[in-house]
Amino acid sequence: MHWYISNPSRLAVYLAAWVPVAAILSLAVASSARLGVWPAAAVVAPASVVYAFVCLSTWYSCRMLRLERTGAARLLLTHGLAAVCLGGAWAAAADMIGGFEGRVAPILFASGVLLYLLSVALHYVLLASEASREAQERAKEARALAGQAELRALKAQLNPHFLFNSLNSISALTTADPAGARQMCVLLGDFFRRTLGLGDRSTIPLSEELALARCFLEVEKVRFGARLRVEERIGEESTRCVVPSLLLQPLVENAVNHGIANLLDGGLIGLAAKRDGDRLSITIENSFDPEARTSRRNGVGLANVRLRLEACYGTRANVFVSVAGDRYRVELVLPAEEA
Amino acid sequence: MTAGKIRAVIVDDEEPARKLVRELLRPHSDIEIVAECSNGFEAVKAATELKPDLLFLDVQMPKLDGFEALELIDPGVATVFVTAYDTYAMRAFEVHAVDYLLKPFSAERFGAALERARGRVGRAATPAAELHAAARPDKLLERVVVRDGTRVHIIPVEKLDYAEAQDDYVSLASGGRKYLKQQTLASLEACLDPSRFIRIHRSSIVNLERVAKIEPYGRESRLAILTDGTRLPVSRSGYARLQALLGERA
Repeated sequence: MHWYISNPSRLAVYLAAWVPVAAILSLAVASSARLGVWPAAAVVAPASVVYAFVCLSTWYSCRMLRLERTGAARLLLTHGLAAVCLGGAWAAAADMIGGFEGRVAPILFASGVLLYLLSVALHYVLLASEASREAQERAKEARALAGQAELRALKAQLNPHFLFNSLNSISALTTADPAGARQMCVLLGDFFRRTLGLGDRSTIPLSEELALARCFLEVEKVRFGARLRVEERIGEESTRCVVPSLLLQPLVENAVNHGIANLLDGGLIGLAAKRDGDRLSITIENSFDPEARTSRRNGVGLANVRLRLEACYGTRANVFVSVAGDRYRVELVLPAEEA
Repeated sequence: MTAGKIRAVIVDDEEPARKLVRELLRPHSDIEIVAECSNGFEAVKAATELKPDLLFLDVQMPKLDGFEALELIDPGVATVFVTAYDTYAMRAFEVHAVDYLLKPFSAERFGAALERARGRVGRAATPAAELHAAARPDKLLERVVVRDGTRVHIIPVEKLDYAEAQDDYVSLASGGRKYLKQQTLASLEACLDPSRFIRIHRSSIVNLERVAKIEPYGRESRLAILTDGTRLPVSRSGYARLQALLGERA
């Protein structure tokens, strides 16, 4: 929609700016055609109103011919030709209607061309300022989204039931297996120190992210015993890449809570990472019970990861989810960046 | 059977959690642990075979969760839920749980739960499936659990063909087999999606997708012929319900 026409107050300002233009034009016509000011104005004023709207059409031509994308020759030719044609037609029409017999056509033609080109320049300025405002808004939106994603990731991360169940395990081990209880305290302490110690670091090396995941899985192994088995295939060169912090945590949690926890005999969680040129691929796989009831929380964790990657990398990152038999697989592909 | 002792079963899929309950029960000489189970199936089997008085029951377990297991267990057993989730507390009391212990818990809190359990042991109760239906009319079932001796069958509702009332039980037909469950037809009906299951008769509910055709039968009544050839009587009001639903779909 047209920037002026869509907004009455803007249109009013624009038309008001034409009042002095029309006044000056009337004076010029009066002096060049040796007329009184009022007879000249009687023709020039309505002609100016018409031309004010003609000049608005430059909004569309300016948008079609973006400064940054159009060659100078094409710009000059198009706008120049339009200015000459429209200015000429307008001057001729005004002259004829006023019955000036060609006496005012030249001056009107010259002003018409000038005014048209002025309007072109004005619209380019408007478009540029609008584009920069839009860019600012987009950047602000992206920042807000990144902040939200981080908060959600942290909330998902601090799943209180993980803590409650772990504390219950410690409570159980205290008398029967004091060394085991102490080990569990150390693991749990380690996990929370690493998590809370991230502070406001938004990215960390993959090696650290994996250490966090291992720590979490070690704690869960105390609860699930032999039901939880973990296998890793981590490419050495991938561990130096940086990833958004706590990116994997919701996925590892899902693998335990929606995979292993639903299986009578437990299953295998596979963690894999490899660097392939400028792409980093991270895969989390787990066994699951295809007959188990679906849970919504699973989707929340995965949606968080998607949002997070989108906020950080836009379209340069992808999430692939696949199910083969009783294996559930999430693959993240993101740009390989080193700190 | 040791006379006078309360026979208890511990159900939790985590070994440390079972150990903890076992340990906390040790000072209480009036309680005897007759079984430890690591999932809902084992719990149903143990409860059926051993007829315990008291059940310590976790909620989130593989295959069959604590509430589903409870539906299949003799309602006389006093149940103490033991879980890390506080979200199930309401549901637990709806099925007349004795107590609801939140992990981690203290020995004192456990003792209090035990005290309440002692007061409840041996008293008759309503079947859990009935309470479940009465308490949660808004919640639709995704699957029906049934017990056949000590075996547990899980029937996803989309595989349920029809259900018929038989005295205090319902007979559930699925894939050519029939399963008996101690529940009334009305309470089952309340848990099923009314746009997929219709009460076509005082004593039967049918899965709409299984209905092949309706034939007149006698002067007043009709017969529903299912895709597998089963013939079920349709009452006049049942036919009206069927027509209303099919009309909506058309």
